[in-house]
Amino acid sequence: MLKQAVQVCSPVWVPNRNMATLKDISIRLKSVSNIQKITKSMKMVSAAKYARAERDLKPARPYGKAAQAFYDAAEVETSDKGSHLIVAVTSDRGLCGAVHSSIVRAIRATLNETPAGEETKLILIGDKARGMLHRQHGSKILMTFSDVGKKPPTFNDASEVANQIMNCGFDFERGSVYYNVYKSVVSYQTTTLPIHSMSAVTKAKNMGMYDSVDDELLRSYSEFQFASLIYYAMKEAATSEQSSRMTAMDGASKNAGEMIDKLTLTYNRTRQAVITRELIEIISGAAAV
Amino acid sequence: MAMLRPVSRLNSVVSKAARLSSASLQQRREKGDLILTFASPGDVYYVQQSVKQVDVPTLAGSVGILPDHVPWIGCLKPGLLSVFEESGTKVQYFVSSGTATVNPDSSLQILAEEAVPVDRLDTSAVTSGLAKAQQMVTSAPTDKEKAEAQIEVECYEALQKALLDKH
Repeated sequence: MLKQAVQVCSPVWVPNRNMATLKDISIRLKSVSNIQKITKSMKMVSAAKYARAERDLKPARPYGKAAQAFYDAAEVETSDKGSHLIVAVTSDRGLCGAVHSSIVRAIRATLNETPAGEETKLILIGDKARGMLHRQHGSKILMTFSDVGKKPPTFNDASEVANQIMNCGFDFERGSVYYNVYKSVVSYQTTTLPIHSMSAVTKAKNMGMYDSVDDELLRSYSEFQFASLIYYAMKEAATSEQSSRMTAMDGASKNAGEMIDKLTLTYNRTRQAVITRELIEIISGAAAV
Repeated sequence: MAMLRPVSRLNSVVSKAARLSSASLQQRREKGDLILTFASPGDVYYVQQSVKQVDVPTLAGSVGILPDHVPWIGCLKPGLLSVFEESGTKVQYFVSSGTATVNPDSSLQILAEEAVPVDRLDTSAVTSGLAKAQQMVTSAPTDKEKAEAQIEVECYEALQKALLDKH
């Protein structure tokens, strides 16, 4: 039974690699150099986008830090059990190394560790996260946002996302945003940022110290803080994505270059072999007459 | 010997004075500075910089924040935000909305959705924008659009007021 199945799967005809004709090699050479052209221009584009993203990240960093300062000072507790809301910050575009898959991997690890009784919901920013998670964890996906990554993220995008999350109706006890922190052109780190529900903020240890806080004020305050945090995470993610795409495309161009060199060598050798063979045929033909 | 004595006394005076000044420095540090971080998504104006006073326009009215303010949170409304720097200069910004937080460590975080120095505002653009927004209020078909236009008008009015108030 098993043998039969193997036989079905095995290829019927295997091309003989040693007998590649001149034509085959030249077709392959052309396609590889076309690919190299594409990866080179993609690298150029992402280098320009990266320069802009990095410039934008500079003001976004202190902004994000300032948004986190309140939660640190108020000592809002982050519990490690209970219903969990996970926000994944990725984008629609691939060909950028492991930026998106490292986010998804981190989320999968968290999901696998979660005990069966606890409810977890996913909010996915960007099609890449959805594509990778919907098969296995489709039932957990609460909402997805697409059309991310073509243009640099703006505060409006972030507040739209934050608003949707605030109004999603899922009552979470703990929340985390998974995003990549940009470190340098060649490195980024997948990190989580805690998000706090309104009830967690009102119950915070140092909340009593703050003067004249009412529900309405706290509500609009945390809405804006949350949007700021999402904005910061999106900026970091966008910069890591562009830098990683730049590195990936640089590597791809380099590999294509190596391949072109090897193929050119084989092409010339084969051409020489063909000429020699033809000469031999002519000479031996003449000798036979 | 007789000449040396006054000098040595002077010495002790100097050291006492030095101790005094260090004590007053200590006291000032204990009293705490106001550490300001003020940023909008596109621009950063202050990062952990110590300032004398900040006047913040909030939904509950304008609030002046001095060092050692009680911990406090507030939401900004469109208006003029003034920063009095250590050197004594007063810098004014227009902010649209956002949040302000005073933490127990006497640090002040102001996050604005949009913030610009007042001298970068264009009076004619504000006037024409206000006229357009007022027109929107009367012509808006739905209540939601009307409310949005109303907010726009309020913001433009605040801008105009800020331009009048600046000095």
